Amino acid sequence: MAFVTNHLLSLIVFAPLAGIAVIAVLPRHNTSLIRWIGFLTTLLPLAFTLTAWITYVPGERGDFQFYQAAPWLPSLGIYYRVGVDGLSLPMVLLTALLAPLAALISSGITEHVKAYFILFLLLETAMLGVFVALDLVIFFIFFEFSLVPMMFLIMLWGGQNRNYAGFKFMIYTMVGSVTLLLAFQVIGLTLSSFDLVNATQAWPAFSRSLFGLSADTVKTIAFWGIFLGLAIKLPIWPFHTWLPDAHTEAPTAGSMLLAGVLLKIGGYGFIRILLPLFPEQSARFAPIIALLALVTIVLGALAALAQSDFKRLVAYSSVNHMGLVALGIAVIAAAYGRRELADTTILTANGVILQMFNHGITSAALFLLVGAVYERTHTRDLREFGGLGVVVPAYGGILLVSALASLGLPGLNGFVGEFLLFRGAWPVFTLVTALATLGLLFTGAYLLWTIQRILLGPLNQRWAKLRDISFRETVAVAPLLILMVFTGIWPSWILSTINATVSRLYG
Amino acid sequence: MSNLMTVSSLAWLIPLPPVVAFALIILAAHRWRVLSRTIAIGAMGVSFVLAQIEFWNGVVGGRLAEAPLTSSLAWLPLREVESWLRMGVLVDPLTAVMLFMVTLTCLLIFVYSAEYMRDDPRHSRFFAYMSLFATGMLGLVVADNLLALFVFWEIMGVCSYLLIGFWFEKPTAYRAAMKAFMTTRVGDVLMLLGIVYLYSQTGRLDFQTLLSSSTVALLGATPSVIKGLSVAGLAGLLIFAGTVGKSAQFPLHVWLPDAMEGPTPVSAMIHAATMVSAGVYLVIRVFPLLTAGVSPLPVMALIGGFSALFAATIAVAQNDIKRVMAYSTISQLAYMLAALGVGAYTAAVFHLLMHAFFKALLFLGAGSVIHGVEHGALRSGQHLDAQNMFNLGGLRRRMPRTFTMFMVGGLALTGIAPFAGFWSKDAILGGAYAAFLESGTASWEFYVWLLLTTSTFLTALYVGRQMFLVFSGEPRTPAAEHAAETGLVIGLPLLTLAALATLGGFAGVPGEFPLLGPLLGNNWLLRFVGERYREASLNWGVMALSTALSIAGWGVAWLLYGHKPLLAGQSDPLTAVLGPVYPLLKNKYYIDELYAVVIVRPVVAFAGWVYASVDRATIDGVLHAIGRAVVRWAELNHLFDRYVITGASDLIGEAVKRLGQELRATQTGRLQDYLLLILASLIVMVVLYLFVI
Repeated sequence: MAFVTNHLLSLIVFAPLAGIAVIAVLPRHNTSLIRWIGFLTTLLPLAFTLTAWITYVPGERGDFQFYQAAPWLPSLGIYYRVGVDGLSLPMVLLTALLAPLAALISSGITEHVKAYFILFLLLETAMLGVFVALDLVIFFIFFEFSLVPMMFLIMLWGGQNRNYAGFKFMIYTMVGSVTLLLAFQVIGLTLSSFDLVNATQAWPAFSRSLFGLSADTVKTIAFWGIFLGLAIKLPIWPFHTWLPDAHTEAPTAGSMLLAGVLLKIGGYGFIRILLPLFPEQSARFAPIIALLALVTIVLGALAALAQSDFKRLVAYSSVNHMGLVALGIAVIAAAYGRRELADTTILTANGVILQMFNHGITSAALFLLVGAVYERTHTRDLREFGGLGVVVPAYGGILLVSALASLGLPGLNGFVGEFLLFRGAWPVFTLVTALATLGLLFTGAYLLWTIQRILLGPLNQRWAKLRDISFRETVAVAPLLILMVFTGIWPSWILSTINATVSRLYG
Repeated sequence: MSNLMTVSSLAWLIPLPPVVAFALIILAAHRWRVLSRTIAIGAMGVSFVLAQIEFWNGVVGGRLAEAPLTSSLAWLPLREVESWLRMGVLVDPLTAVMLFMVTLTCLLIFVYSAEYMRDDPRHSRFFAYMSLFATGMLGLVVADNLLALFVFWEIMGVCSYLLIGFWFEKPTAYRAAMKAFMTTRVGDVLMLLGIVYLYSQTGRLDFQTLLSSSTVALLGATPSVIKGLSVAGLAGLLIFAGTVGKSAQFPLHVWLPDAMEGPTPVSAMIHAATMVSAGVYLVIRVFPLLTAGVSPLPVMALIGGFSALFAATIAVAQNDIKRVMAYSTISQLAYMLAALGVGAYTAAVFHLLMHAFFKALLFLGAGSVIHGVEHGALRSGQHLDAQNMFNLGGLRRRMPRTFTMFMVGGLALTGIAPFAGFWSKDAILGGAYAAFLESGTASWEFYVWLLLTTSTFLTALYVGRQMFLVFSGEPRTPAAEHAAETGLVIGLPLLTLAALATLGGFAGVPGEFPLLGPLLGNNWLLRFVGERYREASLNWGVMALSTALSIAGWGVAWLLYGHKPLLAGQSDPLTAVLGPVYPLLKNKYYIDELYAVVIVRPVVAFAGWVYASVDRATIDGVLHAIGRAVVRWAELNHLFDRYVITGASDLIGEAVKRLGQELRATQTGRLQDYLLLILASLIVMVVLYLFVI
């Protein structure tokens, strides 16, 4: 038991590797056993994460809990350092929760099942690792590691245009990775340590010149380097065009994790790394981020409105929703050092993390539902549906709730995050906030229009015999629905954890 | 004290039974129609009883105004738990009277629906949605803060979406549902900004703090982001925008008339007990805030006055029995907003309650007519639009009870003494006139009064037109001829509402009114809810004028439609009277068409442009161009690598090459470009890496 408590985070992160080891020795044709092992393996990180969630003490002194450090490349100052606080724990929970659901929904995968689950579990380890890493190099390694399995998931099990989408995803993210790595290296080599916690103290205070450039110039360049890496991931306009292609072409489980978790790495990186390391640059460039966020919100929603492909529409809705996260990040950046905005910053940071969690839940549900209808009809063209509400009422109800959660209906989870973000942004970027409400309007429009095109109207007779949602799909979507409703009614179950940390960080 | 505790925790319970019913029906009971409807009606009954206890406790105890019942829980985290935003309930006199009205009206509508919706295949679902709808309104009424109010406000919005589009196979129904949701959402997002603004200024959202005189004074004195407006003024305007959407005031009124695509009980729900009343309730609730500093009240009064007349003119030229009522609702809600705008607080509350009773009566009455005539259509084998008044006629003899009930509603709506509407409408007109007298010159208050007074004539005209078209003369179709009176399950709710529409007004008879005033307790309502606010004294001239105009309206309607009832196929005499104005009114001033051209189509076109031109053509275009350029460069590099540095085996280059060969075998076309781009990026990375170290 002591071993578990002392190595809880490592167990969470590396548990999927145990599953890979088992699957690797199984015969490749025994697909149902592989599926079962794959699914059961994803329950391990979930169980450990729930243990962590329960034993985590919000507001406990000390920044990180379940902290663990071990030398890795000590000569270069690289240590395996992991720990969680109120920013990362919700993201770990989200990942650990979505993985089993995505594994359940992977039953539609029939080719190369063995390879699929190996990549899937590798992806899970990488995603979990990103959120617990407290060393820049370890963070980067997990960051990169999440990329490759995802690319293969898209390129091998994706839709028709999967090669284009997979490569676009790869290239975009790699460009971001390069700039991210360079900036990390400048920081790590300058400080002779890649310790993130140490860097948040030492790097902002660093003021000598480097490579014949002033500290401020170097920091500014490094700031934009990291910004690009994270902005592509989040994504922020105009670095978002990989997303609709990747999400649309990925297999359902891939889309669930891509939208549900991988995007969050961008937002998490902003709060965990960029803002603490570059407070001055962040404050200086916050208005630019806010403007880009506004464009992301509004144009993302408009682009979603223009889609007739169900999956691409849901993909664009991610752009739209992550724009709000970007706006929150701009607010935190702008409020640096302004005591009078402390409450605003805390509320915004609460909102950013909650919005990411919520979007993870909601978008995963929506992609699951897109996959469910595609599997039955082999089309995603919204113009070909209509009137399905009559034949698949349960599916219709679930889709409706998920869409309403996504559009921020009060009483469901999405609203709480949006309210916090709008409240946070208003006093700092008033005009931008006011204009961002256009995004809310367009979001309502494209989601209701989607509902209308799929469920309402006269029934398209082609689908008169459509099967309603299956037991397996219901099991996979039920936890998400419960979280949507419960978080909407009682958000403090998660916010109190986040709040304790951000109150200390920004209070 | 213990009694207080019990009664305030009771308030938490009031909205719960219907939402429990909703969950039970959706998750378990929906297969069994009778069970579903029993659960829904039973739950509504429980809410009704709880609300009555709360109401009468307030009436008898009589201390609600000084000591409202409150209780709350920490809900939204911010720092330590003391500074969290709290969610809770508040029962003051305003809440108490609203609870009385909402639960009673909802219960009657539920009972009525049991019969009205009996044969609908989605019977269970109907009751589930209606229950959630009721929870929305009840939660909104007991909410102790703006955020909770907004939550229930939106829940109601979604229920109205579901119920307006209940028969979702019909394109008109789902379009109306979408229109309702989107139009009200325009107001809602502005309202959300108002709430956000107040929260960021004060750190609180509970009514007791927000509306306390010190907070209001502070907000009224703080300049806002817009020059010349105080925080209270700007936030007040933003919140009022929510009301404009929800209560269907110009220019966001367009959704309400289409909302009658839903089943008729839904219309009664939306137009009387819940949805639109919520908008007016909101501004009544935050009224103290609206009076601070440079106040938005004149805007409110003028929008109210204008909407009252504007909607009444449209109502005159509509032929659909429910559509007339829909425009009437817009017009009557406008009266309430105008009343608040001129400071007649109690009058607004009064008219809100009375309107709920008589409008529910009128809608359910209209439903009874439709039900009866559809029955006739079945018997005569003639399929027709039972809502078109020109297909009806002569129903007074076929459906005498419905006729009587409808007549009571009509008299109440047109403000004929002693029916409910007479007292409440007169309180508003008196209030507006008194405000004008107080301000002296011919100010905006005068125009508000003028607009409202003119509307009383039109109100009587459209109600009279409807009464004569539907009930007098001879049936104009076989269906109307075979119409049958509806049963008691429909009749009893009508009777109850008719009683309220007749006697309800006695709760607010001015004390100065001879005999009746003192006899009925010198305006009980004013003493109960409005003691803090001044109320205009009785003005006989205003009362006489509005009554005369109302009678004139009935008279004109009689001349046009009652004197010689229309025969089948005869055209509307109004077309001749109004000439070129008639099509304008009939087509609702072409505002729907205007919005389609100015807003909807441009947005959709712009969205298409954003996707095609910005994302695909520009951003992706640039990327593809860069990709191609890098590929060329990489090819050169590759040659260089191959012929110049031959043999200089470098691990990364080798690995990349192998990866390239493997993938090249399987992929074609664009893939290669990207593969080379990867290679190029790797090279750049390595070069930079070396350079930096």
